[in-house]
Amino acid sequence: MDNNFSSADLEFREEVRAFFKSAYTPELQAKVESGVDHKSVAIEWQNKLNAQGWVAVDWPVEVGGTGWTPLQKFIFETERCEAGAPDVVPFGIKMVAPVIFTFGNDEQKKRFLPRILKSEDWWCQGYSEPGAGSDLAALQTKAVKDGDDYLVTGAKIWTTYAQSADWIFCLVRTGTFEKRQQGISFLLIDMKTEGIQVNPIHSIDNHHSLNEVVFDNVRVPQENLIGVENQGWTYAKALLAHERTGIAGVADCRRWLREITELAQNQSNYKGMLIEDPQFQTRLSNIEIELLALEYLELRVLAKLSSGETPGAESSLLKIKGTEIQQSLQELRMQTIGAYSGSLHLDDFESDLHRRGSNSRRAYMYGRAATIYGGSNEVQRNVIAKAVLGL
Amino acid sequence: MNFEYSEEQNLLKESIARWAQDNYSFDQRRVGADSENGFSKDHYNTFAELGWLSVPFSEANGGYGGSVVDIAAVMEEFGKALVVEPVFPTLILFGGLLERSTNDAVKADLIPQVIDGSFMGSVAMYEPQARFDASNIATTATESGGTYTLSGHKSVVLGGAHAQKIIVVARTSGAQTDEDGLSLFLVDADASGVAVNPYPLMDGQHVADIHFDGASAQLISDLGNASVAINEVLTIAHVALAAEAIGLMEVLNRTTVEYTKTRKQFGVTISSFQALQHRMVDTFMSYEQAKSLLIGTLVELTDETTSAKRASKMVNALRTLVAKNGKHIGDEAIQLHGGMGITDEMSVGHYHKRMMMINLMFGNGDFFQNQFNQVAYAS
Repeated sequence: MDNNFSSADLEFREEVRAFFKSAYTPELQAKVESGVDHKSVAIEWQNKLNAQGWVAVDWPVEVGGTGWTPLQKFIFETERCEAGAPDVVPFGIKMVAPVIFTFGNDEQKKRFLPRILKSEDWWCQGYSEPGAGSDLAALQTKAVKDGDDYLVTGAKIWTTYAQSADWIFCLVRTGTFEKRQQGISFLLIDMKTEGIQVNPIHSIDNHHSLNEVVFDNVRVPQENLIGVENQGWTYAKALLAHERTGIAGVADCRRWLREITELAQNQSNYKGMLIEDPQFQTRLSNIEIELLALEYLELRVLAKLSSGETPGAESSLLKIKGTEIQQSLQELRMQTIGAYSGSLHLDDFESDLHRRGSNSRRAYMYGRAATIYGGSNEVQRNVIAKAVLGL
Repeated sequence: MNFEYSEEQNLLKESIARWAQDNYSFDQRRVGADSENGFSKDHYNTFAELGWLSVPFSEANGGYGGSVVDIAAVMEEFGKALVVEPVFPTLILFGGLLERSTNDAVKADLIPQVIDGSFMGSVAMYEPQARFDASNIATTATESGGTYTLSGHKSVVLGGAHAQKIIVVARTSGAQTDEDGLSLFLVDADASGVAVNPYPLMDGQHVADIHFDGASAQLISDLGNASVAINEVLTIAHVALAAEAIGLMEVLNRTTVEYTKTRKQFGVTISSFQALQHRMVDTFMSYEQAKSLLIGTLVELTDETTSAKRASKMVNALRTLVAKNGKHIGDEAIQLHGGMGITDEMSVGHYHKRMMMINLMFGNGDFFQNQFNQVAYAS
């Protein structure tokens, strides 16, 4: 047993660390933290990563990715969080691209992948529907062949950043079979096509990132079908596994924990500092101890990945524990800051604490979604019950 | 990066598992546990023959030269089998302090006897007023003409009911709660001035309160300077108990899942109920968390670059989490067994009693979390 990195991995870590130090400038950090004009700031950051060749961490080299080992990806992710730099917007780079380079044809790869690398196309995900949430296979949006096209009718929901997206990747029903998972196809749809309407959904974080996307006889060329018709479920499942790796958010949690600890050292409490309060210490260590365990849980999964094993239900375990810890940190961050955490301001802050307070409110409120998306934690428990416990 | 036991460690684990499979069913175990001594000396001798009692001792002292990882490997398997034979008091506590003794003659005499199973020892450390504070020592050693005599009361001495010799932590200087001023003494259990009052614990151990009243004893450490050795041994003891608890957790979970697959109510097996499935997933996660933290602690304790502060954080975190998750798993195992879970004939109650006892040994969850807080957050 040991948790030593090879000298090559240590060198790699130095290189990554140096990159974040120079590329993630204080000016950029200020823009990111303001939360204003999310899209242009994200594109600026992603272009910096792309110039370094590091925007597509999970892609193979031949399509413009890094080809890194699982351990290198882990090191990159850890250093990114240490630097406080944001993750790339996942929908193009992390979600649709792996489906395109794994199951798409050469024409589709040439057409879409370079534009994703350069952040020229902004993608959103069309999976969930008003009647199909955790039970995704219940989806009803229909694509009917009409000449060289499909005609798509239905509605998708919880579509993050649909209001600024150029493309949407959708699961649509193209056939009826005994098994509901059959008859689903994976379709790429240009958001500018006639018949698409985006209705905003305002969420409890007082922000507009979610939408409903309604399709009314939307004409989609058949060349936008990924892989084989009626096989889309298989592709989507492969993508979901992609989505879950790194979902534990260990490195982000560690950064939040450090921020909370530092805040508590400077926040006064009744006749003393907050960090000296035994009750606060216990709340903090309840989380820190679980996080220590989660770190090693993640490393154990990583070591398995590195030796060529495919992760099974471990990703469900990481998702459940990771999101639970994220949520408890988000809550403790609000509690630590105090009443500023109620503030709805996004700029013009009265103080640094005001800024942190408002950020912590948004993180907590939006953070409630983490135990719901990507397969709700209850669905993940069903997965473990079946796959691991054989229940 | 590697988080698995080595091939050698797995062989060691397998040899214990195989022995338990063939010789230590729940009913076979009970023959020893229900006997007068509370364990089977025959089994204990077998452990010696199979070399398990040599694991923690250095090669120079005739042992296997095992690291804390080897010790954890053995204890995890002992936990799975719910071994009641008192290996921990003799090997980890007595053996640990013995190896750190400054008296080479005593080491040369006793270590081979521990390894061959013919000798059982015990460490008398904690006292009634001290609860979990290992430096709150009122027992004194007084010197007169080159010999020492002990006076004091030691509580819940593990292995105390059948120890031939006892290592006593006694104060030779300083105030009652000072970490400095502690020394180690060796006494015969049947010496005059030593009163051993044995009693059983809920996990089947036979322990004792021991009263010293002018008992003559041999100094086996530097005078007033035993706290380093004590802390080293306690660190290993904490990890050993955590590893044993994780073995218990694994079996409690497995037994419970299997039981729900056979128990029928409302015409179906109760394993088909989602309310119960999710509870079993939660106990599975509790186990995986604790196991991961054990592995993390082992990895960091065997890495020479780990600071003392970090090591202390890891060990206290481990015992805090083991206390919480162990109780969670044990309580759920009983609950999911229903009425059968509270019967003496089912194994889960016995596993849980051992778990509860581990979580009262040398500290409980609150104690360890408080230690963690002091290391992590004190300015």
